[in-house]
Amino acid sequence: MRRGNHSSQEKIFNVINYFVFIVYTLICVFPFYYLFINTISSNELTGLGLITFYPKGIHFSNYVQVLKIKGLPNAALVSLARTVIGTLLTVLASAFLGYLFTKKEMWGRKVWYRFVIVTMYFNAGILPWFITMMNLGLTNNFLAYILPYIVQPFNIILIKTYIEAMPNSLQESAQLDGAGYLVIFFKIILPLITPILATVAVFSAVNQWNSFTDTLFLMTDSKYYTLQFVLYRYLNEATALASIIKSSQGPINVNLQNMQTPTSVRMTVSMIVVAPILLVYPYFQRYFVKGIMIGAVKG
Amino acid sequence: MQLKHKRKINIKDKYRLFLMALPFLILTFLFSYLPLHGWLYAFYNYRPGIPLRENEFVGFYWFTSIISNPTQTAEVLRVLRNTFAMSTLGILTSVLPVIFAIFLSEIKLNWLKKTVQVLTTLPNFISWVLVYSFAFALFSTNTGFVNRILMQLGAIDRGINFLASNKHVWLTMILWSTWKGLGWSAIMYLAAITSIDPELYEAAKVDGAGRFRMMWHITVPGIMPTYFVLLLLQIANFINNGMEQYYVFQNAINKDYIEVLDLYVYNIGMMGTSFSFATAVSALKSLVSVFLLMFANGLSKFGRGETIL
Repeated sequence: MRRGNHSSQEKIFNVINYFVFIVYTLICVFPFYYLFINTISSNELTGLGLITFYPKGIHFSNYVQVLKIKGLPNAALVSLARTVIGTLLTVLASAFLGYLFTKKEMWGRKVWYRFVIVTMYFNAGILPWFITMMNLGLTNNFLAYILPYIVQPFNIILIKTYIEAMPNSLQESAQLDGAGYLVIFFKIILPLITPILATVAVFSAVNQWNSFTDTLFLMTDSKYYTLQFVLYRYLNEATALASIIKSSQGPINVNLQNMQTPTSVRMTVSMIVVAPILLVYPYFQRYFVKGIMIGAVKG
Repeated sequence: MQLKHKRKINIKDKYRLFLMALPFLILTFLFSYLPLHGWLYAFYNYRPGIPLRENEFVGFYWFTSIISNPTQTAEVLRVLRNTFAMSTLGILTSVLPVIFAIFLSEIKLNWLKKTVQVLTTLPNFISWVLVYSFAFALFSTNTGFVNRILMQLGAIDRGINFLASNKHVWLTMILWSTWKGLGWSAIMYLAAITSIDPELYEAAKVDGAGRFRMMWHITVPGIMPTYFVLLLLQIANFINNGMEQYYVFQNAINKDYIEVLDLYVYNIGMMGTSFSFATAVSALKSLVSVFLLMFANGLSKFGRGETIL
């Protein structure tokens, strides 16, 4: 009797538990789905707010039309460039510095290591940072997206710890063969630390792609606008957006129903902004998880 | 002879290694140390475009004006109130990921558990601009999803302008940051739960403990150490809310409640005309947050015998 009671209690618990998690998961996913079905539905219906749970009047012209908007392809290019170049450089630099800091014979190693690591714990503030960037000539300059993010103390700690945990014998035998530091780094270290590099790369890529405030502070020339920044402006400047759409549309429109509207442009650009994350995320999910776990061990 | 030769190479290596690191040390200096000189601007009456030295030196004027100038005092107090509200709500909701992890680990269907975990962490990887775009699409006045549904259900007859509202600003902000971060923050606790010795559960089962008693007496104590570390880090960051979330959601109507310190410094320094005053506020903020970090670190040393730095 008691036993039966116990298991029916458990059953109720399980049902409620599953239910709550499924509902919450749907809440997490729904915005992505909602925007997507709106971008592929008839723009007229979308404009009226009539697309709620499933698409109607499916068409894909929004994704073609939106690329004709002046400045948007360029913004996509800027975002892509900063993500690729920025990630490559910070991964290489973190690996190289992580390696150099394992070398006990380096002049002033401890001091320089601390010099880099301590920057995690203080911050001059955004205005002094802005002034410095201005004085360095990094306003309206693509390098502003790359140079400040090359040295990342946290990544350096991760990689240094990883290299220190590896057996030293490989490095030693290469050294005996007369290999220099650079040769050892590129030929031996780099291939062996790819798992940790993947984690670092995934995090830097997401950060670069999502970065928004640096454009806000540093760039006034639309040449350097990123997708995130352009999307933000579209969301806030309705009249400006309407005139942008008007000027980018040809005189003859094929389909009145699917004419570009501020709403359709906003939603389509949002989908373009989130697409790379959605494409990359399923494959790299384990690296994300690994990243936070290594971080946790350190913390 | 041999020995001498070897030493010579070592000395060369010593500096060679340093020279290889030097370009990166210079980058570190330029982007992390050099900005500190910007605090000097807090001691001048700086007008953008004019070299610092040619501006009037005012000493601690901007710092004292926080207290002596009533309008500025009121402004700063308002911003501090928002900062405290957001951070306090952040600390109160910090138990949510713990609860999330405990209950998720009770799900025995592995595929479901995995799916929930993957899909609930997804929002963490999108930008605040995109979150705002979602909010825009879901909550806009006439065509937004929520208003449509409410109108169809007959709960309201005119659209509610959720985004341009000065009501419940703190609550909506914490809800969005929870939506974005909950699944992700739970990962660390899920890992802590998997590292609990399974023998503890076996032993408890033998003693006749039910599921809830095991959750309370084994799982909860098992993840408390992790929780305390993260809580301390949160205390250390009490006044650093960041500005991105609040910047994208701010508008003329909710401004009084959404302006946290970081956003305020941006608004008056970059948008307004008080660059020097904003720098003074920001410099004070940096100092206080270093103290908070040391305080949290001390607390950790005292409570756990380990530092968090």
